[in-house]
Amino acid sequence: MKFIDEYRDPACARALLDRIRQVARHDWTIMEICGGQTHSILRNGIDQLLPSNVQLVHGPGCPVCVTPLETIDRALCIAAMPDTILTSFGDMLRVPGSGKDLFMARSEGADVRIVFSPLEALQIARDNPGKEVVFLAVGFETTAPANAMAVHQAAREGLGNFSELVSQVMVPPAMRAILSSPDNRVQGFLAAGHVCAVMGYEEYEPVAAEFGVPVVPTGFEPVDLLDGILKVLEMLEAGGATASGVVNAYGRVVSREGNPQARRVMQEVFEVADRPWRGIGVIPQSGLVLRPEYARFDAEKRFDVGHIAPQESPLCRSGEVLQGHLKPSDCPAFGRECTPQNPLGATMVSSEGACAAYYRYHRNSL
Amino acid sequence: MTMQPSCPSPILQHETVQMAHGAGGRLSQELTARVFMPHLHNPVLDRLDDQARFEAEPGRIAFTTDTYVVTPVFFPGGNIGDLAVNGTVNDLAVGGAVPRYLSAGFVLEEGLSLADLERIVESMADAAHKAGVVIACGDTKVVQKGQCDRIFINTSGVGFIPPGRDVSCRNLRPGDAVLLSGTIGDHGMAILTTREGLSFQSRISSDSASLNGMITDLLEAAPNLHAMRDPTRGGVAATLNELAVSSSVGIELDESAIPVREPVRGAAELLGIDPLTVANEGKVLVVLPAAEAGAALAVMRAHEYGKEAAVIGKVVEEHPGMVVMRTPFGSRRIVEMPLGEQLPRIC
Repeated sequence: MKFIDEYRDPACARALLDRIRQVARHDWTIMEICGGQTHSILRNGIDQLLPSNVQLVHGPGCPVCVTPLETIDRALCIAAMPDTILTSFGDMLRVPGSGKDLFMARSEGADVRIVFSPLEALQIARDNPGKEVVFLAVGFETTAPANAMAVHQAAREGLGNFSELVSQVMVPPAMRAILSSPDNRVQGFLAAGHVCAVMGYEEYEPVAAEFGVPVVPTGFEPVDLLDGILKVLEMLEAGGATASGVVNAYGRVVSREGNPQARRVMQEVFEVADRPWRGIGVIPQSGLVLRPEYARFDAEKRFDVGHIAPQESPLCRSGEVLQGHLKPSDCPAFGRECTPQNPLGATMVSSEGACAAYYRYHRNSL
Repeated sequence: MTMQPSCPSPILQHETVQMAHGAGGRLSQELTARVFMPHLHNPVLDRLDDQARFEAEPGRIAFTTDTYVVTPVFFPGGNIGDLAVNGTVNDLAVGGAVPRYLSAGFVLEEGLSLADLERIVESMADAAHKAGVVIACGDTKVVQKGQCDRIFINTSGVGFIPPGRDVSCRNLRPGDAVLLSGTIGDHGMAILTTREGLSFQSRISSDSASLNGMITDLLEAAPNLHAMRDPTRGGVAATLNELAVSSSVGIELDESAIPVREPVRGAAELLGIDPLTVANEGKVLVVLPAAEAGAALAVMRAHEYGKEAAVIGKVVEEHPGMVVMRTPFGSRRIVEMPLGEQLPRIC
């Protein structure tokens, strides 16, 4: 596959690993932000190949993982209403709410449909004028432009039966929260390549400067990841002013200013607000909500489900996992009370969740 | 009144399946006579008794059943009809049996087009002919619109295992070679991409095929063969996990040796799905003593359905019950038993 195979080339990966071993002279802890990166690291065993003084910790960048329990419960409540079609990306359906997940709701008769894009949900709304069609709009800056576009289109067409249950979050505020924590161990970041494709990397420059850390926008293939890790290590080992700043390791996809059209539609439809993150709590100014002029497309208001606010399992420590304080396998519930079949927290649900990735690829020490 | 050749055939009055087609009356007979028998007829079925009768062959009897509920019913590379024959033939063949007789039970949704039904029956007949099996008995029920998804087919199969042959998922031994007859994920991805209406659908075709011919040759070339399984639902990942558990051995795979067609890889990348967990309908996993691997591979590659056969791994003593993948980078990971429905990722 062109543009994939080149970045999975074992010889290229070995050369980068040799460089990493030469460069890394001290102990370093690097966080990869995105769940897609976590998945690729564990799938390809990159963590096993790195020298022992370079530790990777897994970041909060899994949309399924950080979507708060209340969003799932609100979706379940809406799905159970008559004449309603709830549409969602596939991997949200298995995320457990307080009592059940959306698959169970579907088996009980709710009309829950998997879509690949919010624009598909919009088409379902056009095709079913007698029904309310709700799209579960979760995700980071990667999903926000398409989710915004769906609302924008619905407004333009005057589509009265479409709405979104929005739980959009953003990366830079989460990085600030991690770096501000007194327990923080993270010394450098692999920024999420696809988020940066939309937003560019200029918004990471102030974060890097304020906290004195290297931030490297990085792709998802083994060679991309090793290249990103090498760049972070080079900056850290150089020290001084070099150790803080943004260096782009995903140049074939990411530019400094990102995708202006995508950013424009996001800004038009959404505004920044405080947002709860599952397992972490509220992070100020870390989410996106529909602007007042698009309030009629807000499913939370339309179906009056804003009051639903359930409690998490006390055993689940996914918040610590998501902030890099705890390795999934060090959680007492890991593989015992909490498995992909019976997940306590969302990090065990999504294929991109750190706990699920550990369970899948590294359950026992090999 | 005598029937004139110019009289319209009664079945043609209906272009779709009616409730009466399943009620056991004249319309049921018409359906059998006009749609099923012209394609499926054979000496066993033609008797139209309430049961099929045939002579037993030496050895043990193998008996299997499977129900087919695929959406869409027609997909690139086949339809529910040939799938229902091939799947059951393969379930018999991978146990070392020579498949002989199949039953076919149809649940039809009221309103199903008779032309579609005929296409499906014709595909069943072709697949059965190609596999050298006969449809020995059958049944049809019609349910009201909305009570099934166009057509469900159950096929059960009977075959005979020649005396002395012992092919079983409990037979894996450390040191055995693990062979795969060709590329993975073709069937599941053909279905998924057609169902989801993605634009690359036309490039992916189901691999639906009966493998009993190739397996006969294989058993001749590798008489000490230990186990065979067709990696259908859950894909190679599920099947190998089952084999590892059944025999209490570990299995180690070589990632770069597993053949995957480019469009399947592309679709899997896009959807965030691992081809190892995707269904196949014309592939077989073979476990045999390493000394017989070369001969087995040569026989498979000489066959229409095994051209891309490869040795993909080996059976080991370590990590019993677990499948481990060696990556091209020299690291290792666990190949998990897939959980259930394949869920495309968010981003």
